[in-house]
Amino acid sequence: MTFARGSLLGLVILSVYPSPRLWSQDTSAIDRGVRIGIIYRPGVRPGLVVLPVRQPGLDSVRTILNRDLDYSDRFEVITLPGGDSVRVGGGGTSPGPAGAARSRVPPALNYPLYQALGADFAVETRLTGDTAIVVVHDVMGGAVRRTFRHRLPGAGDPGFRLAVHRFADQVLQATLGAPGMAATRLLFVKDGKVYRIDQDGADLTLVSSTDRQAMSPAWAPDGHRFAYMEFSGGHGQLFMQDVATNRRVSVVTTGSSLDFTPAFSPDGRTLAFSRAIEEGTDIYTVNARDNCCLQRLTRGGFSDNLSPTFSPDGHRIAFVSTRPGLPQVYVMSADGTDQQLFAPFDYGVTGSSNAPDWSPDGQSVAFHRDVGGTLQVFVLDVRTRTVRQLTSLGRNEDPTWAPDSRHMAFVSDRSGYRQLWVIDLETGRIRPLLQQSGARLPAWSPRIAEPVSANP
Amino acid sequence: MKRVPSLVLIGLGVTLVACGKKPETAPAPMANADSIAAAERARADSAAADSARRAQEEADRIARQRAADSAAAAAAAAAEVRNMLAAMIHFDYDKANIRSDDAAALDQKVGIMNANPDLRIRVSGHCDERGSDEYNLALGNRRATAAKQYLVSHGVDASRIETASYGEERPVAMGHDEDSWAQNRRDEFEVLSGGDVLRRP
Repeated sequence: MTFARGSLLGLVILSVYPSPRLWSQDTSAIDRGVRIGIIYRPGVRPGLVVLPVRQPGLDSVRTILNRDLDYSDRFEVITLPGGDSVRVGGGGTSPGPAGAARSRVPPALNYPLYQALGADFAVETRLTGDTAIVVVHDVMGGAVRRTFRHRLPGAGDPGFRLAVHRFADQVLQATLGAPGMAATRLLFVKDGKVYRIDQDGADLTLVSSTDRQAMSPAWAPDGHRFAYMEFSGGHGQLFMQDVATNRRVSVVTTGSSLDFTPAFSPDGRTLAFSRAIEEGTDIYTVNARDNCCLQRLTRGGFSDNLSPTFSPDGHRIAFVSTRPGLPQVYVMSADGTDQQLFAPFDYGVTGSSNAPDWSPDGQSVAFHRDVGGTLQVFVLDVRTRTVRQLTSLGRNEDPTWAPDSRHMAFVSDRSGYRQLWVIDLETGRIRPLLQQSGARLPAWSPRIAEPVSANP
Repeated sequence: MKRVPSLVLIGLGVTLVACGKKPETAPAPMANADSIAAAERARADSAAADSARRAQEEADRIARQRAADSAAAAAAAAAEVRNMLAAMIHFDYDKANIRSDDAAALDQKVGIMNANPDLRIRVSGHCDERGSDEYNLALGNRRATAAKQYLVSHGVDASRIETASYGEERPVAMGHDEDSWAQNRRDEFEVLSGGDVLRRP
């Protein structure tokens, strides 16, 4: 989108970010010096450098910040030539070990140096007691743009990584005014168990509490609870589980039939799900807050209706229906009325379409579709109701949106075995989330809000 | 060949002679007739009791044998019936209709259900790995329901059959080829209750 706006906008972008991009790892590029061109270069992103730290306890903080900002896919994250030995302080004075005496007044940053390196922003981290201070420098403006201070739990604390991820999101907000997705996690299923992992691939944790086969985890909108299905005595039962305590409650009225694919409404009050009984599969809701009050939304008869996903305003539900024969993506009002086809298809030509996930910005619905016997991820534009194919390499399925609505996780066998991948829809950059075979059914969390009470 | 019968005859003759001689060489001593009669009677009684006991033992043995045989037969029959009941049926890709080559297997199950009125079963539908994971739960449900509907339409009470679906979560064949997929697209039939003594249809 941004790429095609022509040279006028290109000039504007250049005037904002006129510095050349340093090829990451390519240290010789610095010899070429500063280059100013009037050529529109599509995909040019602001340069950002996360400065080396002086306190050894901050190494992991810097590493996590650097990775988060890299994975945001919004910056050219600059690797300093010669590793981290480059002088951090101002004035070009000789490098040396950082003395405690110097920390009284933080020295000004050597802005011209980082300008020369191609940085538009520099991120500096310091630690005072248990409070971490993150300073965002506007390198081009030659000034500090924002300073964030938060208590940082110890490195072994379960809240440590999330606290650093929140800093990364604040840096993104302070530099580009964009909400990030660093403070998020994903749930997925592997070998019949539910696992949780940070969006940067760290902190893999088993969250299933029984040996029963589980499927279809789904986040509550606050990121502190999730729902999932577990096989039990030939049936499928739904549970809601607390992330912090792992305590879970069964969803009443479920478990005496096959109940699956739970989905929270954006206000967290309603849990929609699919129920398979002898007359077919249909979509129901329960009141998730009071754990009561079953309601039926679809009445399929000879067709199946399943896999609900709420629009972010909570007014509509996209779902899968087999009413045209093969499963396709439909939409209805949240009360079950006004059911209609959502993702267009060619009857007799288009393959089965399944697993819809409505993007948090409301503009798109991702799903997968059978293309010549294998599955590919597609994106439906909600406004124009047009679909475009996103993937083509290998088998790709079960997409789930990140809260920034530009990243997406999905399952792919492109590397030879099925694993989880993350793609940035703006740049097309793709990375494996987890280098383990058999992971599937991912669910990306919303931004994980700070708990109301800070008690662990 | 000719000699064998003559040898047998000679043998028989010798025996006969030997037997014939016995009363002469051992004449019974004259004794109390009563005691003889009593002894005779006692001997006859004991012989009778003996033979009765032997007959009883024989009868017991036969009865035991018969019981064992019939138990074994019943067990064999039950095992056979159980196998017939557990015989899986299979489906085409993304289909839930009963294939004509599976009708005989289902008819057999109708007979078993009719011959064992206490029997309750669960039909579970399964899918291959090619389809969507979650959609396969709905498809497996269709497959289980299709088998149930067949049995019910042939006279089996619907309350005796539960249905379940495991989608593609419990494959029997682990390969990633058509042969494995074909085996995994199936209905399984398991006994819920009343399956301890299964009678043949």
